[in-house]
Amino acid sequence: MARASADRHKLLVTVVAWGVALAIFFPILWTVLTSFKTEAAAVAIPPQFLFFDWTTENYAEVWARTDYLHHFTNSVVISLGSSLMGLLVAIPAAWAMAFSPTRGTRGVLMWMLSTKMLPAVGVLVPIYLLCKRAGLLDTRTALVIVLMLSNLPIMVWMLFTYFKEIPRDILEAARMDGATLRYELLYILAPMALPGIASTLLLNVILAWNESFWTLNLTAASTGPLTAFIASFSAPEGLFYAKLSAASTLAIAPIVVLGWLSQKQLVRGLTFGAVK
Amino acid sequence: MASTHNGATARLMLSPAVVLLLVWMAVPLAMTLWYSLHDYQLLMPRGNEFVGLENYVYFLTDPAFFQSLANTLALVMGVLTITVAGGIGLALLLDRPMYGQGIVRVLVVSPFFVMPTVSALVWKNMFMNPVNGLFAWLAQVFGMRAIDWLAEVPLLSLTIIVAWGWLPFATLILLTALQSLDAEQQEAAKMDGANSFARFVHITLPHLARPIAVVILIQTIFLLSVFAEILVTTNGGPGNQSTNLAYLVYSQALLRFDVGSASAGGVVAVVLANILAIFLMRLVGKNLES
Repeated sequence: MARASADRHKLLVTVVAWGVALAIFFPILWTVLTSFKTEAAAVAIPPQFLFFDWTTENYAEVWARTDYLHHFTNSVVISLGSSLMGLLVAIPAAWAMAFSPTRGTRGVLMWMLSTKMLPAVGVLVPIYLLCKRAGLLDTRTALVIVLMLSNLPIMVWMLFTYFKEIPRDILEAARMDGATLRYELLYILAPMALPGIASTLLLNVILAWNESFWTLNLTAASTGPLTAFIASFSAPEGLFYAKLSAASTLAIAPIVVLGWLSQKQLVRGLTFGAVK
Repeated sequence: MASTHNGATARLMLSPAVVLLLVWMAVPLAMTLWYSLHDYQLLMPRGNEFVGLENYVYFLTDPAFFQSLANTLALVMGVLTITVAGGIGLALLLDRPMYGQGIVRVLVVSPFFVMPTVSALVWKNMFMNPVNGLFAWLAQVFGMRAIDWLAEVPLLSLTIIVAWGWLPFATLILLTALQSLDAEQQEAAKMDGANSFARFVHITLPHLARPIAVVILIQTIFLLSVFAEILVTTNGGPGNQSTNLAYLVYSQALLRFDVGSASAGGVVAVVLANILAIFLMRLVGKNLES
């Protein structure tokens, strides 16, 4: 009896949870569905959910009529570039604080966290003018630098929480066995540090891909990454639901899939290690 | 490890990050402060004279400022309320045994990875449009008047759009926290005859207090500077009804080319964020211990 009731309970939870989950996911699902409709079907009332003439012409159109690939490349270069450059600076910093903590370490970490609280609008004017003067407006270089700096605190924090977990005893043991520093770094530390570094890279690529303050303010729609490209669809003349949906699907698909892979790291990274 | 990395090496490894962040913070902030004390119009290269606090007087007495301040707070509070309450409910639901838990989780977290310009345009056109939107169709089905969401209730509409993106974040964090809840304690309370509500109030909720504080802190950082969603939906309008502080500063600087007054606004935004930050850091500071 108890068993049957537990099963029934599980079934009920399943139904409710799936219903809620689908409702939350629905805007994404609807965008994907709409991207396969004709423009007429996209605005039809009553809405057509599954039974419409599926077409891929919107994708062909977006591909042919816009510079999609160019914006996509910009997004890849900016998100990967800023994350990799960030790692170069963040790894040594996190490493030093995790393995040679001093009395000031906690203060430095908290200070870094506090820089993340500086609202971007507070420095919008000077950053904009500096970029303009340096001829960097509308360039990927400017965004790589700005996004790297704005995500640096998160990277340091995240790497710090990973590095803290590397057991020091192993190093002591290796050293007792006469391991050289090089051997230590290459064969003992690197394998243990790599998963944390990979997670940090993944989360920061996602954050940079979706960043929409600097990418919109420092570029024009024609030269920016995908965030700016999609924003150009807000103009009335760009108002074609099916094409908007196709462009949107192309813009979010790669990063949503990456996001699925990074759920755990997301929690850890964005809570600065406070929740694991 | 202390023996391989002496103090000097550690400082050397740490310094690039510290110097970069210091420069990234100090130089632009100093420039903002300097501009805020000068009459600097982008389109008028002459002038640029020292005007004292005039820009601040101008910015702070602008009726748009108070409205944008109120809008900023309303947006932050609204989104926090929806995401924290919804996040607790969803986390409790997802924590129970069910079929296809992995897929359900994937569906729920997905909105977090959608870039703001996409989510705002999808909601604006395909859901909130008064003619072709799904909400208009639903209203019609139920015999109600279709609402022009972004024109009639712009701030509420933006709150919904932004909350949709952040609900997964709150859910994921609270779910992660729930999973570390001690099952034995729950079992013991059950044996002692505590019903599920009592167990929620006395065991689960206290356990979640810390992650909830973290969620509020992190989300506030990001919500104070909501920008893209406003840019592609309402442009701050109608009037200033959906202008927040971030958008106001942007429009002063890059639409009206008034660098001086925009900078004063930027300084005001920084001060406000700092007041909130001190308050929040104190709230969760202990939890963020390394």
